[in-house]
Amino acid sequence: MTALLRTDAVTKSFGGVQALNGATLEVEEGTIAGLIGPNGSGKTTLFNVITGYERVDAGDVYLGDQRITNAPPDKVFLAGIGRTFQLTRVFSRLTVMENMIVAAQHADRGGRRLRNPLARAGGPATRQRARELLEFTGIDRHAGALAETLSYGQRKLLELSYVLMADPAIVLLDEPAGGVNLTLITTIADRIRELNQRGTTFLIVEHNMDFVMGLCDQVTVLDYGTAVVSGPPDVIRTDPRVLDAYLGTAEDDDDIAVS
Amino acid sequence: MNGEPVNVGPVIEGPANEGPAQAGGAQLPAGRDRQATVLRLGCLAVLLVIAAIFPLVITNALYTQFAVDTMIYVGAVAAWNLFSGYTGYISLGNAVFFGTGAYTVGLLTKQWKLPGGDIFALLPLGGLVAALVAVPLGLVALRVRRHTFVVITIAFFFIFQLLAFNLSFTGGNQGVSSPFFLWSAADYNNPFYYVGLIIAVATISLSWLIRNSRFGLQLLAIRDDEDRARGLGVRTMRTKLTAFVISAGITGMIGGLWWFFIGQALPETAFDPLFDLTVALMAFLGGFGTLAGPVLGALILEPLQQWIGITFTNGYTSDIVLGGLFLAVILFMPRGLVPTGAEFVTKWRVAQARRREAAPGGSAPGGSAPGGSAPPGSPTLGRTGSPGAGTPGASTPGASTPSTGTPSTGGVR
Repeated sequence: MTALLRTDAVTKSFGGVQALNGATLEVEEGTIAGLIGPNGSGKTTLFNVITGYERVDAGDVYLGDQRITNAPPDKVFLAGIGRTFQLTRVFSRLTVMENMIVAAQHADRGGRRLRNPLARAGGPATRQRARELLEFTGIDRHAGALAETLSYGQRKLLELSYVLMADPAIVLLDEPAGGVNLTLITTIADRIRELNQRGTTFLIVEHNMDFVMGLCDQVTVLDYGTAVVSGPPDVIRTDPRVLDAYLGTAEDDDDIAVS
Repeated sequence: MNGEPVNVGPVIEGPANEGPAQAGGAQLPAGRDRQATVLRLGCLAVLLVIAAIFPLVITNALYTQFAVDTMIYVGAVAAWNLFSGYTGYISLGNAVFFGTGAYTVGLLTKQWKLPGGDIFALLPLGGLVAALVAVPLGLVALRVRRHTFVVITIAFFFIFQLLAFNLSFTGGNQGVSSPFFLWSAADYNNPFYYVGLIIAVATISLSWLIRNSRFGLQLLAIRDDEDRARGLGVRTMRTKLTAFVISAGITGMIGGLWWFFIGQALPETAFDPLFDLTVALMAFLGGFGTLAGPVLGALILEPLQQWIGITFTNGYTSDIVLGGLFLAVILFMPRGLVPTGAEFVTKWRVAQARRREAAPGGSAPGGSAPGGSAPPGSPTLGRTGSPGAGTPGASTPGASTPSTGTPSTGGVR
């Protein structure tokens, strides 16, 4: 198997803070990969670097064989990487359906090189696909409602839905279960699994350990901007380095010792 | 599928349309919506007819002059709204393009010694030059957002005013004067009025087309969350620059018309800071980012301003009245006349619908959507039985929902 998404010794610092320090990560095609680590370990920064929201200081990002280091977010998305945010970001004053159509930039081209820029937004095929995806995530009843009227959990589902509009090869989810009630967490996990069976690869940042361990095939632990360990969930669960990362070692005087 | 409940509503009100979706979920009968559309189109037609025959009925030169000024502002506000209203980038520098258009048309008229009405043919050229000027300005200014963008557009404005004062070909503080015309004094204002009307109607139509297009949707997405839009494949810089340039081009044409009408462009009148403020305030009064709002704002404000100007000889009265008016608007309807009005109307209609439904009694589930016909709009916020959780499919006659195979819907909440 080849890695679908690969970061190669990515380094990124903000002023004096070294957010990523040679982070190397591989996500195999067709898997659900988890990315965990304590607060401030660089998980979201790694997402930002992959999706073009931040530029790397050094290192490379590959999607398959394609080098996408420092590609702008729109190119990354069209190349096949979808992404959600930790705090949901939907277009609040557009309807749910309009949100979906915004994400369909690649569609509606109809094979023509030149498109009429004033053509009505969202052709029948796009709307059909949007409706199917909304049915899949279970928020199709709200298609005509403004996105700002959705609950937080529904916004998470909307984010997942519109990211899927472009049929991405891999979806990066930043805390999909954060701040969401238990039933909805189950729904989200089910949907992820279902999509994965249909061929979508996932990389998930999450603090909810049950969620991560139950869902992921492979988990990578990030600490101080470096991937310290990577492996199947049951291995990660017992790896001493993971405990170190979360709790600190005995030698780290300034860390609080927890036993 | 379920018709299209989505993009039907916001035809007239534009993006800020607070359609029935928000107002608590009562379903309005589809027939009423059609009625409303007919009503809107009817109002629009009446307005257009009034606008078309206005100078033929009211021939008083003073009033037709007001009408020309008003048309100039209607067009300018619609052009401003097409960029600033849709993207949320508030420009206080559109006078740059207004003045550029005015000077372009003026200088070319002088250069080519054009007579009378031929000058109208130069307006597109004035617009073109203004649009070209907008490209580099946009490339710089659109790199920053919000307050910084506002400040940069103001800075551009002062640079251009200074240039108009100081460059050799602009005529310095003498400005550029227009030649005299041949047509009679009685209907002297009419050609200006009709050209202004054409530009204004064309701009409003373009705004409407854009509002419903993919380009327009991209602009609105940029307004709501630019970075997120970029992360969904929208080429944000290109999109907002296009809107900026279109807006500038139209403003430039209007500037050319204004020069022709007023007869002289001076640096302080062609590049007038009050133009920037007036345009923005008109849009805010009517409803920032909506289609009808800015037009309404201009139709109210410009004649009012003119009327105050001739009624009260004290030059400050107009400022005081306008200032007070804006305080009132900000206090009582901060979103502007059109959104507030639309919300009021929607509430009233929902209340009506509720009352009508309460009268027959009993027939609670399904509401206005009997049987399997599923009229447009019904699946979104059907008032099926009890409010809140778990309603989908449960209380509606199951057969009517085409969305089979959605095991998720019930469990989502």
